[in-house]
Amino acid sequence: MQNKYNLEGPQGTKPRKRLSGTNIMLYGTLLVVAFYYLLPLYVMVTTSLKGMPEIRAGNIFDLPVDITFEPWVKAWSTACTGLNCDGLSRGFWNSVSILVPSVALSIAIASVNGYALANWKFKGSEVFFTILIFGAFIPYQVMLYPIVILLREVGLMGSLWGLVVVHTIFGMPILTLLFRNYFTSLPDELFKAARVDGAGFWGIYFQVMLPMSLPIFVVAMIIQVTGIWNDFLFGVIYTKPDIYPMTVQLNNIVNSVQGVKEYNVNMAATLLTGLVPLIIYFASGKLFVRGIAAGAVKG
Amino acid sequence: MADAKRPNQLLRNLNAKVAAIPMVATALVVFVGCTIWTIVHSFTKSKLLPKTDFVGLDQYERLWKTNKWLISIENLAIYGICSLVLSICIGFFLATLLDQKIRFENTIRTIILYPFALSFVVTGLTWQWILNPDFGVQKIVRSLGWESFAFDPLYNQDIVIYGILIAAIWQGSGLIMVIMLAGLRGIDQEIWKAARVDGIPKWKTYIFIVIPMMRPVFVTALVLITAGIVKVYDLVVAQTNGGPGIASEVPAKYVIESMFKNQNLGQAFAASTMMLVTVLIILVPYAYLEYGGKRRAK
Amino acid sequence: MNFRNALVATTALCAASAVSAADLEVTHWWTSGGEAAAVAEFAKAFNETEGNNWVDGAIAGGGGVARGVIVSRILGGDPMHATQLNHGRQAEELVEAGLMLDLTDIAEEGGWRDIVHPVSLLDSCTVDGKVYCVPVNIHSWQWLWLSHKAYADAGVDVPSNWDEFVSSAPALEAAGKVPLAMGQQSWQSSGAFGVMLVALGGPELWTKVYAEKDADAAASAEMAAVFEAAAAARELSAGSNVSDWNLATAMVINGEAGGQIMGDWAQGEFAVAEQVAGEDYTCLPGLGVNEIISTGGDAFYFPKQDDPEVEAAQKELAKLLLSKEVQVNFNLKKGSLPVRGDVDLAAANDCMKKGLEILASGNILPDGNQVLSADTTGQLEDLMVEFWNDTSITAEDAHKRYADIIASAD
Repeated sequence: MQNKYNLEGPQGTKPRKRLSGTNIMLYGTLLVVAFYYLLPLYVMVTTSLKGMPEIRAGNIFDLPVDITFEPWVKAWSTACTGLNCDGLSRGFWNSVSILVPSVALSIAIASVNGYALANWKFKGSEVFFTILIFGAFIPYQVMLYPIVILLREVGLMGSLWGLVVVHTIFGMPILTLLFRNYFTSLPDELFKAARVDGAGFWGIYFQVMLPMSLPIFVVAMIIQVTGIWNDFLFGVIYTKPDIYPMTVQLNNIVNSVQGVKEYNVNMAATLLTGLVPLIIYFASGKLFVRGIAAGAVKG
Repeated sequence: MADAKRPNQLLRNLNAKVAAIPMVATALVVFVGCTIWTIVHSFTKSKLLPKTDFVGLDQYERLWKTNKWLISIENLAIYGICSLVLSICIGFFLATLLDQKIRFENTIRTIILYPFALSFVVTGLTWQWILNPDFGVQKIVRSLGWESFAFDPLYNQDIVIYGILIAAIWQGSGLIMVIMLAGLRGIDQEIWKAARVDGIPKWKTYIFIVIPMMRPVFVTALVLITAGIVKVYDLVVAQTNGGPGIASEVPAKYVIESMFKNQNLGQAFAASTMMLVTVLIILVPYAYLEYGGKRRAK
Repeated sequence: MNFRNALVATTALCAASAVSAADLEVTHWWTSGGEAAAVAEFAKAFNETEGNNWVDGAIAGGGGVARGVIVSRILGGDPMHATQLNHGRQAEELVEAGLMLDLTDIAEEGGWRDIVHPVSLLDSCTVDGKVYCVPVNIHSWQWLWLSHKAYADAGVDVPSNWDEFVSSAPALEAAGKVPLAMGQQSWQSSGAFGVMLVALGGPELWTKVYAEKDADAAASAEMAAVFEAAAAARELSAGSNVSDWNLATAMVINGEAGGQIMGDWAQGEFAVAEQVAGEDYTCLPGLGVNEIISTGGDAFYFPKQDDPEVEAAQKELAKLLLSKEVQVNFNLKKGSLPVRGDVDLAAANDCMKKGLEILASGNILPDGNQVLSADTTGQLEDLMVEFWNDTSITAEDAHKRYADIIASAD
């Protein structure tokens, strides 16, 4: 009744009532929305903490009665694919060693590309950029097989560096666009002043542009870290079991059913695989939003 | 630009050109070269290994007679249109909610965006679990007393693609919301003041003033979503693996299966070329409008 | 000089350690409980040999997924040292392109032609008179696995053939059981159909359709009858919502389902669950109608390597896979039949003994993989998985599309 009373009260004088009808609608909607987005996480966490008998008997929304960390231990260190019973741990380190060089290389190349496109246009640069942007839309499947041949010719097929190159190539369109838009948005005077001071291509890049573009580098990093960590297709096609990334191992473990399907172990494995991008995301949440505002929108 | 007047322009541009070598190589060798290679080989009867015995349009004829491909295309159309419309609407709607100077904005934004950090494999497995009729939503509703309640999209041919859509929206709408929110924050406060002075209701201001002003933001969102749609593969593999039957097959999966499982490269290349054509049909008019329009404006 | 000597010594040391390691990476798609136990026998035997080490490269998700990974690695110039493939036509082109190691010398030395039984398995490994793979087991598809518990719960006798199985289905359904467990993957749908074709249509029809690609036989009335039977079986499998074959087998093991049409590898799952043939479950070869088994199976190929030491280790592994002891240990775990006629399988259970008898009597057929290309197999699988899952496709529709595929098969 409180809200109804408030609605009928004089409007306009106190525009920010705590319990107005609109506010209740607003927060109500947000509550429902939050529920929808959080539900899967809740289900994953609770299921991963239950034992198998409890899963079979209860329903997935119940809180665990006996909390057990067994599934987590198993998913991390003893779940089997074939004869390899070392769980996800190996995939984790493989993913890390794929991730670090891929992120570094792709961002380094794309930022220089974006910088060249924004400030040092040369004849044909716009054409290549247009091709590159079109490239972002070409379905991977079109290029999948010829890349196998390319990698074979340069001797990188099946190696970690082969995958790094593939990630760099496919990350290039979106990152180049991001950096180009960002560098274009920087005031032109800065660039001109540096030129008057006699700084060259690399000089301006390292001394003027880099220090000013921390946010966009963070955005690029977030995009790449999540993208590369979460990649499945390239990992499964261009590597070998020794260096399978974590997503491929996750899929292997989930699909290797030895006896019964252990949902709790699967959920724990799923959470473990999602943990790294989640942590990065939670740690840098505000920068992510700020960066998107700076890069994507002003394009 | 200033550099046009510089005497040593060639040398400096050389630096830029050297720096752009990876980009040029990627554009020409990978994006153009590999695409042409694939298109050329789609006219051959390559099986396990690429060969050059040309068979004309045979692969395409077979492709368009194959039921699995037709279903894949239909699924992609449904999935594409729905996810485009829903992502944009939900994204914009959530962004306007968050733009009401609410409390806990950061918390709620974080909650909506976190699925974006998760992979499609993770997303697919999670939703497979929630939508499993023996354990998930259906069982819960039934145990609450509604015995005849049926919600098993992953086991029902007719609606399985919507089951995948639920997961896809869950994963991707957060990003769109953030982009839209950034766009809303970029709108000049003066416009709101002016609208309020003129007595225009809030919802009207959003639809008739704010949305047109946010056109570039919508275009960005549109581009991001479309790029993702055609590529949808991991999600389907993890969530349904194309089932039940072949009801949730998608083109990307058709290509990869023809390529590696059925050892019919020619067929795979024909299918991937058709995917490319689909993308071009969407993209070329858009690019023409964008670029052609700008050029005329100049 | 010292420095140079040291350098030479280091290089030599590196080379030496590379030689003595002889780690062989072996890829396969054996990831279920019974399969993993079986492949462990290979690894154990190989690790016991001097200085060799089995590096396991299991790929989950079944042959369809794994073959893609295997083939793209071989084509990409970074092949594994040995890999499982179904012999027959899947590796044809890889062999023709010269990517596989020629095993003819050790095959002749070991007298494979005399010991491999049936010899058609070795023929599938042979291209232009040269041997390129080692058959390791015989798998047959034509089995119906029945759960004693399910029938006891329903209060009816365990059927002894397909007709009895069909007529006992209502009783099972009344007891809340699924009569026929079916996994949703396409190779399972297609395989089960192939079994019904052999059992209900007879081996002659099978041979005409699959081996000779006879379009008239594929469109014949006999074939239509098989499709009618398959449509009826489809009704019996409604409610079986699992995807993996071993989860469908688990339904039979737990008594949730009456039976499952599945190859003899299902036996490995019964073994892991400690069930006894004849007491807990029954197996009917050829659905109890036509006691015939197909002799497909798994084989190992050895992609060519540059290193002669590795090649030596590859050949050693090839020999080992066919040795008597390894054959017995592996096949007992896997539930498949050994490829040698001269080994003692005293430990075999009822079902394996039935299989061995049929094998000895010569009622055998080649496997679909040996006569059909991967492309045709894939088309048939797509049709069958659609048919089994979509009840709006009538037997006639499916039959017509089936005949079209066979008519254009290669």
